[in-house]
Amino acid sequence: MQALQIVISGMAQGCIYGLIALGLVLIYKTTETVSFAHGELMMLGAFAGFALMTLLGWPFWLAMLATIAVLALFGFGLERIVIRPILGQPAFSLVMLTIGIGYAARGLVTMIPGIGTETHTLPVPYKDQTWNVGGLVLNVEQMVVIAATAVLSAVLYAMFRYSKIGIAMQASSQNQLAAYYMGIPVKRLNALVWGLAAAVAAIAGVLLAPITFVYANMGFIGLKAMPAAVVGGFGSLPGALVGGLVIGVVEALSGFYLPEGFKDVAPYVVVLIMLVVRPNGLFGEKLRKKV
Amino acid sequence: MRFLFKTTYVQDIRLVKHGGQAFWYGLLVLALLASPWLLSDYWLAQLTFVLIYAVVGLGLMLLSGYTGLFSLGHAAFLGVGAYTEAALGNAGWPFPLSFAAAALISAAAGVVVGLPALRVKGIYLAIATLAFGFIVVEVFARWESVTGGNAGKHLKAPSAFGWSADDDVSFYFVCLVVAIGATFAILNLLRSPTGRAFVAIRDSEVSAQSMGIHLAYYKTLSFAISAALAGVGGALYAHKLKFISPDQFDIIQSIDLVLMIVVGGIGSVHGAFLGAIFLITMPQVIALAKDVLPAVIGQAPGLQGAVYGFVLIGFVLFEPLGLYGRWLKLRTYLQIFPFYRRGMFKRQKSFLKSDRLK
Repeated sequence: MQALQIVISGMAQGCIYGLIALGLVLIYKTTETVSFAHGELMMLGAFAGFALMTLLGWPFWLAMLATIAVLALFGFGLERIVIRPILGQPAFSLVMLTIGIGYAARGLVTMIPGIGTETHTLPVPYKDQTWNVGGLVLNVEQMVVIAATAVLSAVLYAMFRYSKIGIAMQASSQNQLAAYYMGIPVKRLNALVWGLAAAVAAIAGVLLAPITFVYANMGFIGLKAMPAAVVGGFGSLPGALVGGLVIGVVEALSGFYLPEGFKDVAPYVVVLIMLVVRPNGLFGEKLRKKV
Repeated sequence: MRFLFKTTYVQDIRLVKHGGQAFWYGLLVLALLASPWLLSDYWLAQLTFVLIYAVVGLGLMLLSGYTGLFSLGHAAFLGVGAYTEAALGNAGWPFPLSFAAAALISAAAGVVVGLPALRVKGIYLAIATLAFGFIVVEVFARWESVTGGNAGKHLKAPSAFGWSADDDVSFYFVCLVVAIGATFAILNLLRSPTGRAFVAIRDSEVSAQSMGIHLAYYKTLSFAISAALAGVGGALYAHKLKFISPDQFDIIQSIDLVLMIVVGGIGSVHGAFLGAIFLITMPQVIALAKDVLPAVIGQAPGLQGAVYGFVLIGFVLFEPLGLYGRWLKLRTYLQIFPFYRRGMFKRQKSFLKSDRLK
C-alpha cells in the first residue's frame, strides 16, 4: 500500500515534468529548437496567475484563462522579436538564446520590488483537499495535475494527428524549406507553436503552483523536464507524458528506498542510461541521414 | 598596410604569421610579466582569475568551438580538477604531481562523458553533459570523506620541494605560465592533423568520416583534452579561492562557462581570453552601475542575472562571432579603409536544416 502511495505521488510529480516536457516537445517537433527557457515560461505563467488572482482578485477560472492568453501572446511575441531573426542558424545559437531568455526572465522577475524575492501561495479552490480511496490518500492538487496532463496531451496529440495546422507543423518539422515551397507559412507557424508552447507552460505553472509555491527560481524544474522529454523520445507528444511519468516514479521510489541524495540525481541517471541504451527514447522516430 | 605574399604552404600553418603579430603578442607577454608591479593587489587578483577562466575557456573552445560538441556540464570537470588538487595537495603531494593528476583524472572523466557522445548528437549531447554535471555535483556533496561535503574544503598553498606559491604574486606567475602553456598547446594542436580532424568533424561528420577520420576516437580525444584543461583550470581556481564547495561547480557555473565562450567569440582562441575578461569584469561593471542607477533598479537582487541574459541574447542576435568577431570587423575596417562595405560579414538567411537527419 505504501509503495502504491509513493508511486501515485511520483506520478503526480511526473505529470508536472510531462506537462513541461510537452511544451518542449511541441517546440522541438516543429522548429527543432530545444528551449532552455521553458521552465522560466512556466514560472512567468505562475506569476501571472498569482498576480491576477491575488493582486487583482480575479476568480480562479477567469484568471486561469487570462494567464493562458497572456502567456500565449508572450510566446508569440518572443518568437517574433528574438527567435525569428536567427531562424536557420545552428542549434547552438538557439540554445544559447533560450538560456539568455531564461536568465533575463528570472532576473527581471526577481527585480520586481516586494514580489520577486518572496515565495507565494496560489489560492486555488481545490487547495489542501484530499480524497480517501480504499486506504489511499489522494491529494486533489495532484489528481488535478494528472487529469489536466492527460487531457492536454490527448488534445495536442489529436491536433497534430488530424488537424490541418498540426499536419502543416509536422511537415515544417521535417523540412522547413520544402514545407515553405508547399505553401506553408513556416515563420507564422513557428510563432504559433511558440505561443502554444507558452500557453502549455502557463497551464503547467498554474497547476504546479499549489504544490510547490510560486517563486522566481521555480523554473529550474524545467531542467528535470528535459530528461523526461529525452526518455520519451524528443519528438513524441505521448512520449513526453510517459517520460515524465517514468522520471517522476523513479524519483519518488529512489527517494524512498535508496539513501539520501539519490532522489535528486535519479532523473539524470535515468536519462544517461537511456541515451546510452536507446538514444531515440521510448517513442522516438529513428532517422538516418542518407548521403 | 601589410601584404602577406604566400609562397609555401608552410606559411599557412606557421604560428606567427608576420612580424606585427610577434611584436604585439610579445608586448602583451611583457605587460603580463610586469603587471604585478603595475597593478594593485585587487586588479592582480582579477587578472589571475581571467587567466584561470581563460584556461578553462580554451578547453571548452576546443570542444564546442572547434569540434562542434556541446557541453552544458563543463563545471563538473572544473570540479573534478579542483577536488583532485585539494585532496592530493592536502595529502602532501608536490604541486606539479597533484596538478598533473588533476588534469589526468579530469581527462578520464571527460572520456567517460565522451562515450555517450559517440551515439548521441547535438542537443542530446547537451542534455547528457547536463545530466553528468548534476550527478557529479551530487557526488561532491555526498562523498564527504574526500570532498568535505557541503561544508566545503580548505586548500593549502601550492608547494613543491621547498618552494611554495603562498603569496599572490608567485601564484599569479604560476597561472601565467599555465595559461601561456595552454594557449601554445591549443594553437599547436589546431594546426596539427588532429586539430584539422576536429574542425572537419565540426563542419560535417559525414564528410569527415569519408576522409578517413575515426569519429569515435577524435570525439573522445576532444572531450579528454577539453576536460583536462578544465581540470587544470579547476586546480588553479581551487588554489586561488583557497576554499571549494560543491555549489561552485553547479549548472550556473557551467552556463557561465558557455556564456564566456559565446560572448568571447566561438571558434577562436582569442575568444576564450576575451570571454574570460568579460566574465570577470562584468560583475564589477554591474556593481559600478548600481550606484548610478535609481535604487529600484540598481539595488534589485536579480539585476546581474537579467543583464547576463540580455547580453547573451544581444550577442546571439547581433554578433554571433562574439567580441573577437567585433574586433575582426573593426580591424578589417581600419586595414582596408575606406573600402569597408556593410555586408562584408553578413549572415546568409536560410531556413533551418534538420539536425535529426544528420
